[in-house]
Amino acid sequence: MSRVPFYLLVGTLLAIGIVLTIFRHFHYDVPFMPGEQRQVWEVEAQVNFDAENGPVRVDLALPSTQPGFRLLTENTASSGFGLSYLRDDKARHAQWAIRQANGPQQLYYSAQLLVTDGEEEFLAEPPALQRDIGWERPYDTAAREVIGQAHARSADAFTFTRELIKEFTDQRQGENARLLLSQYERPVLLTRLLNQADVHARIVNGLRLEDGRRRQSLTPWLQVFENDKWVLINPRTGDQGKPDDLLLWERNGNAVLEVQGGSNSRVTFSMLRHNEPASVAVRNQFADDTLLNFSIHSLPIEEQALFKTILLIPIGALVVVLLRVLVGLETSGTFMPVLIALAFIQTTLITGLVGFLLVVAVGLVIRSYLSRLNLLLVARVSAVIITVIAIISLFSVMAYRFGLNAGLTITFFPMIILSWTIERMSILWEEEGPKEVFKQGFGSLLTAVLAYLAMNNPWVRHITFNFLGVQLILMSMILLLGNYTGYRLLELRRFQPLAKDD
Amino acid sequence: MWATPARLQAKGVIGMNRRNIRYIGRYNDRRLYPLVDDKLQTKLLTKRHGITTPDLIGTVSTQFDVKHVIEMVKDAPGFVIKPAKGSGGKGILVVERQQDGGYIKPNGARIERVDLERHVSNILSGLYSLGGTSDVAVIESLIAFDEVFAAYTYEGVPDIRVIIFRGYPVMAMMRLSTAASDGKANLHQGAVGVGLDITTGAALRGVQFNRPREDHPDTGRGLASLHVPGWDALLHLAASCYEVTGLGYLGTDMVLDRHHGPMLLELNARPGLAIQMANGEGLRRRLDLIEKQTETRSIEARVAFAQQHFAREGELASSA
Repeated sequence: MSRVPFYLLVGTLLAIGIVLTIFRHFHYDVPFMPGEQRQVWEVEAQVNFDAENGPVRVDLALPSTQPGFRLLTENTASSGFGLSYLRDDKARHAQWAIRQANGPQQLYYSAQLLVTDGEEEFLAEPPALQRDIGWERPYDTAAREVIGQAHARSADAFTFTRELIKEFTDQRQGENARLLLSQYERPVLLTRLLNQADVHARIVNGLRLEDGRRRQSLTPWLQVFENDKWVLINPRTGDQGKPDDLLLWERNGNAVLEVQGGSNSRVTFSMLRHNEPASVAVRNQFADDTLLNFSIHSLPIEEQALFKTILLIPIGALVVVLLRVLVGLETSGTFMPVLIALAFIQTTLITGLVGFLLVVAVGLVIRSYLSRLNLLLVARVSAVIITVIAIISLFSVMAYRFGLNAGLTITFFPMIILSWTIERMSILWEEEGPKEVFKQGFGSLLTAVLAYLAMNNPWVRHITFNFLGVQLILMSMILLLGNYTGYRLLELRRFQPLAKDD
Repeated sequence: MWATPARLQAKGVIGMNRRNIRYIGRYNDRRLYPLVDDKLQTKLLTKRHGITTPDLIGTVSTQFDVKHVIEMVKDAPGFVIKPAKGSGGKGILVVERQQDGGYIKPNGARIERVDLERHVSNILSGLYSLGGTSDVAVIESLIAFDEVFAAYTYEGVPDIRVIIFRGYPVMAMMRLSTAASDGKANLHQGAVGVGLDITTGAALRGVQFNRPREDHPDTGRGLASLHVPGWDALLHLAASCYEVTGLGYLGTDMVLDRHHGPMLLELNARPGLAIQMANGEGLRRRLDLIEKQTETRSIEARVAFAQQHFAREGELASSA
């Protein structure tokens, strides 16, 4: 039984992996370190609507270069639709049109935006004041009073806006405010009130950029003008100024999406951040998508965000293999710790640990009662699943009530895996005693924490996402470990009495 | 506290990784695993080859039949219920005797009919089986173990494990259940492991919780006087399992029955390494010697070869 083919395979995988990695590094200038680079956001807008068996026209507002972001490239995907980019004096938008369409339709627009450190503000012309704001009774009085109160407590348009928003925040919400909110949406209401008080203001739509998010929507912001200046104010909190991660998608007070000939239209956004050296970031990269530049970046962003996590799983698997084969750690369920580690990435470590221990501990108590009910296994595990869901819901609500928003992330735990863990640990407890449960539980948690630390490392994330060749290197490493016949670390202790006497 | 790898290597100790790749992976064909992973199959197979096993009272394979368990065991004084595909002794329920409609376990605890039925139902659901697949419950009559061991055990049947490598018996140990192990024969749970001389079947050395032990912790009986009667017959039976199963690296678990002599309890395609601890010796040298054998030998010749080459002096004080 020759091992030559095995080492040949491992060597080939390793060589291909290294060549691919080096090629990507030198030819495409993708750095090995995540720092010292330009950040590029890839934002994808997905328009969904149901066509009503006739001509359809879709207008989507498009972002343009603005302080903080420079528009690099943009692409669209829309089967059968004619497309034109329209540009009137200030605003840009894409217009799709088709003569005949029926059923659900999807249109895609994606843009690459380079993060710049633009401090300068762009000029914006204040919108004309809406003079003909009509209030029905009794809203007119309420509006007048709210304006009056805010006016008394402010000095200029900006402080006035802030005071006005405070009138509508939870703590100070007065009777008038509640009345007005029952009739109007908050951003619309605020612009009406501002216009009423002779302040130039309008709603603009922004997108909070957060790495790897999917199915996001735009949030409305207030743009308030006075003299030649303007500021952006968050209508929910009253905070002034534009956050760095806010991309103003539509900033002229127009509609973001208009669909003629369709219904149920909506637009959602996915976004992804990746780091690229300035030279590459500026260059239009889409042109050289060849097989050699085999890269996740050629996928739609929504799938890319998914891959960012998927490509980390081999790292977790490697940690498990290392701990099992080289250390000899016992875990409950071989790859359960990797799934727990993935949940930790969402919840952060401490919250995750606390949450995990809480769920498993409470689950074990309830499971010990279930075992007395004399149930069939599948039914019992299903009951444990429902229990776990109940525990998680309860903890989420409790955490939220106590103001611990971190507690909400507990929902990221893989519930079915947790249920099986509880089931197995409970059996282990009955058969081998609590000592074995703690031993395996500790082993699993330690593995999960180490896998989390490895998978959450910025450098590891950068490397796995940007260099697909690394996957082949990981593969060859795991194959090699699968061939290791030496002692495990814990065996050095287990067999220690055998080494002693002679 | 810790040994260096070089030191363990010099003592011929094999670790889990080496066992898995070098011996199990190389000598045990996957196709043959079901023969030993399914205890019912093992039982039927070995029976065909004239190997004695505990009497089969019956099997339960559907949840519907769970109700008939009580009927099945009605006339058996003591019985054992085990999952056909269980591993590591999980899911084995031993009932020593029946008393007023209840069942008495070896530790004196009493269980009721519902407990018995639930246990069988759990087995069928695959709770104890490898990979959680649905399973069959096997009900056997209780072994009447030889009185010579009565003083060496606590609430359990002492069993004898012999590692058979390519048909040669390479190492043997006896596992004595203790109060600490709760009547179970697993060394990591606190059973006493006693290394046995392959040549004579006499005790070499005892360990509990990885520490040397001269006597049984509960009965106080010195281990030095432990000697397995009918040793050659037992080795013969163990070695013949190689021909029966075709597995090259095999753990055979046997008991000595008062009436029927050596009986095969079960076979294991992935026998553990604790036997090295019980013998105070690594397996490596013996396995290497067997690997060098190119001649095909009969069962008798293999047993004789092992007895000739693996003889050892006991380390226990014979004062007991």
